[in-house]
Amino acid sequence: MGKYILQRLGMMVFVVLGISFIIFVIMSLTPGNPAILILGQSASPDQIAALEEKMGLNNPFFVRYFDYIGNMLHGDFGNSYLTGLPVFDDIFSRFPTTLKLSALAMFFAALVGIPVGVISAIRQYSFVDAISTTLALLFASIPNFVLGLILMLVFSLNLHMFPATGVQSFASYVLPALTLSAMTMATLVRMTRSTMLEVLKQDYIRTARSKGATERSIVLTHALRNALLPVITVIGVDFGYLLGGTVVIESVFSIPGIGTLLITAIRMKDTPVVMAAIMFVTLAYSLVNLTVDIIYAFIDPRIKSQYEKR
Amino acid sequence: MANKLLEIRDLTMEYRTDDGISKVLNNVSLSLDEGETLGLVGETGAGKTTTALSIMGLLPKKTGFITGGSIDFDVYGELTKKREAEMRTIRGHEMAMIFQDPMTSLNPVIRVGDQIKESFKIHMPDLSSAEMDKKVDDMLEMVGIPSSRKNDYAHQFSGGMKQRVVIAMALSCEPRLLIADEPTTALDVTIQAQVLNMMKELKKKFNTSMILITHDLGIVAQTCDRVAVMYAGTIIESGSVNEIFESGKHHPYTTGLFGSIPDLKKDTKRLSPIDGLMPDPMELPAGCAFHVRCPKCMEICRETMPKGKVVSGTHMISCHAAEGGMQNE
Amino acid sequence: MIRQTEEIKSRTQIASIMHRLKKNKLAMLGLFVLLFMIVIAIFAGVIANYDTAVIGQNISIRLSKPSAEHWFGTDQFGRDIFARIIHGARISLSMSIIAMTIAVTIGAVIGSVAGYYGGVIDNVLMRFMDILLAIPPILMSISIVAALGQSIPNLLIALAIAYIPVFARVIRSTILSIKDQEFIEAARACGSSNRRIIMAHIIPNAIGPIIVQATLAMGATILIIASLSFMGLGVKPPAPEWGTMLYEGREFLKQAPYLVLFPGGAITISVISLNLLGDGLRDSLDPRLKN
Repeated sequence: MGKYILQRLGMMVFVVLGISFIIFVIMSLTPGNPAILILGQSASPDQIAALEEKMGLNNPFFVRYFDYIGNMLHGDFGNSYLTGLPVFDDIFSRFPTTLKLSALAMFFAALVGIPVGVISAIRQYSFVDAISTTLALLFASIPNFVLGLILMLVFSLNLHMFPATGVQSFASYVLPALTLSAMTMATLVRMTRSTMLEVLKQDYIRTARSKGATERSIVLTHALRNALLPVITVIGVDFGYLLGGTVVIESVFSIPGIGTLLITAIRMKDTPVVMAAIMFVTLAYSLVNLTVDIIYAFIDPRIKSQYEKR
Repeated sequence: MANKLLEIRDLTMEYRTDDGISKVLNNVSLSLDEGETLGLVGETGAGKTTTALSIMGLLPKKTGFITGGSIDFDVYGELTKKREAEMRTIRGHEMAMIFQDPMTSLNPVIRVGDQIKESFKIHMPDLSSAEMDKKVDDMLEMVGIPSSRKNDYAHQFSGGMKQRVVIAMALSCEPRLLIADEPTTALDVTIQAQVLNMMKELKKKFNTSMILITHDLGIVAQTCDRVAVMYAGTIIESGSVNEIFESGKHHPYTTGLFGSIPDLKKDTKRLSPIDGLMPDPMELPAGCAFHVRCPKCMEICRETMPKGKVVSGTHMISCHAAEGGMQNE
Repeated sequence: MIRQTEEIKSRTQIASIMHRLKKNKLAMLGLFVLLFMIVIAIFAGVIANYDTAVIGQNISIRLSKPSAEHWFGTDQFGRDIFARIIHGARISLSMSIIAMTIAVTIGAVIGSVAGYYGGVIDNVLMRFMDILLAIPPILMSISIVAALGQSIPNLLIALAIAYIPVFARVIRSTILSIKDQEFIEAARACGSSNRRIIMAHIIPNAIGPIIVQATLAMGATILIIASLSFMGLGVKPPAPEWGTMLYEGREFLKQAPYLVLFPGGAITISVISLNLLGDGLRDSLDPRLKN
């Protein structure tokens, strides 16, 4: 097992480095001179040249890249062009908020999505199935910010049940997390339903029935454990959508997380912040995928034994 | 006179789907004594598995319907009328079934020992966990698998060993009836013999009656006491193994079945398979279902279904030609 | 002779897919809504005059509720919302179609090279695709817009790049699944050139999955475009892109919710119809679902 974990870890490091390179390439295409941005339009050419030298802006591309990576490994993401303060501090203080939001959203999605999917599969073609499939389609198609605005309108501005903005309390997370969870919830309903249907057709389910097992134990013990395996993988993949979605949702609900930091930085052309924010989010996504892969290897006995020699 | 363990009378059953009605079983009649092994023989699609599923009450609820006949099982009464909850107490306990493909019959994510233990949990809940574990160990040993392997998963076993696990599972609660649907078809020939022998011994040990579904006449000769030949949802011939293998009289289909086996002793240039295909259960021909392919087909065969007639001892043939005594080898 | 077989194969495959698709009522609904939208987008100029209704401001009638004159009401600048939605269809549809076309083309090339030549080339290309896939599409779009600036071409480039790996994978796996099958060896033995093999075997098999992925990806792209516009990073005002309309209309959420609901509804309906169509196509291609 250790070998598998190391393998996947290695892959992750490779991917993260690759991402950092791509983002660095994209960011270095930004027109404009950071030195001017920092010093302002009225600075003299000498001052600008001096700062350019100091920031290493005249170095060749790969030197700059490796400098960046080197610094990154020390936790130094450079300083914001705007505030002059270390980027890392800002990101680090906002990260928990975004993380809480994503985790809560995934929790809601799984809490509702998986059971509904199971029920739809058992009662295939029934009224319940039809309703849940329709709602799943709706949640998968509605833009998350529209859903957010609607929820805000109804539950916040009109019914005053939840705060509309900010993160004062746990309640402030509810509407944003629900909004963010919608798409993944829909995916989970559909995936769980389809894997359950597949599994219920399998021979070993027929064997279980011939032993006299109750329908309940067939669904929960025999079928579910098999059906959930592919679903877990989907959870990992969808987390990427979730993290991307936090950017939008934070904007809708004015939540001070990495998303809003990113948007502001983009408008202000604060490149180091933009780079760091995107790196962080993609790093988080890669970590989640790694974790999911490892968990999967542990719970699927067929994979597990591939990596365990007797 | 011993009471029959299993008595099926005129069982008729159909599948109803959007594409039409498939008359899979037409007046099937079978019986089984205690301790007997009945070989149910026929081509794919003859209705053998459906008969087995009907006995077990495992027909798909939305599409499979028993439209006539009865299945009487030991002291448990008429099975076709029973509620599902009652059938569940019988299934796995008094009646058990093993299926053709061992590779897919076991749950891949549950330990093999736990799958066997499940039968005890369902049908003998009063036993303590330790007692159940002991029984699981005993069953595994009995089928030739070291009990130390009970924590392994299905994919860690070979095909033959998987089938042994399946057999252990089926026999764990010492059922009165075991239905084995082509248990060795998916296995290598050498493993086949092992598994069959093991089944024979276990059957004797537990005094279990068995219905062995197969298309292999060789297996029938080796392991069965009685034989029933099935075609297009009807039993067209039945009798003891001796009667079937040694009688001069046969249903033309059975003659064809025997004739299509290569014989080491004879010097034949070509095999003589039976011409044509089994009729589609959605469009059964009038009269005898076999008449289209039958070399002895007569006018009456096209119109009337023949009734089963005893030609000697327990040997029954359902054929107009045989009735007239005109059928000769 | 072989050319005829290629054509026949593609044609009968398409015919059987269409036949099965027709049976799926929801998918047909999606198809019709999509076609309806395409028609509207093409004739947008005829239905609603761009200069007056879409960008012309008329403060006197600002924020008026939906009425017989203005079916969807007017926004804070007095512009007719219905007209803006009609023209917005043109933007969303054309952008996502263009982005998908670019992604499919480049993705197909990459996937073909990787699948066909295998070995190191395959490895390198696929690792690169993995890296691209590890960046959520919306973040990819945001970073490209952040770097290169907010413009429609940049947005299209960003979307195309985000989805190239998807199509590269589809083509590659089609090629891999066919490459080793015996009929390819047989075809070679008969002297078919590589080009023939590609035309006759690979393309017919790959078209199906590509169309399914492209349809579903179109829905996702429309969402991304709208999301970016909503955050002020996509299509700039006064263009009537639906997301941009939401960006502008957001502050009036409580007093004039129709500024938000109609564009939001338009996006939802487009994405629903693309999802229904994509799912339907996927089901009609699945050989196991053949009755």
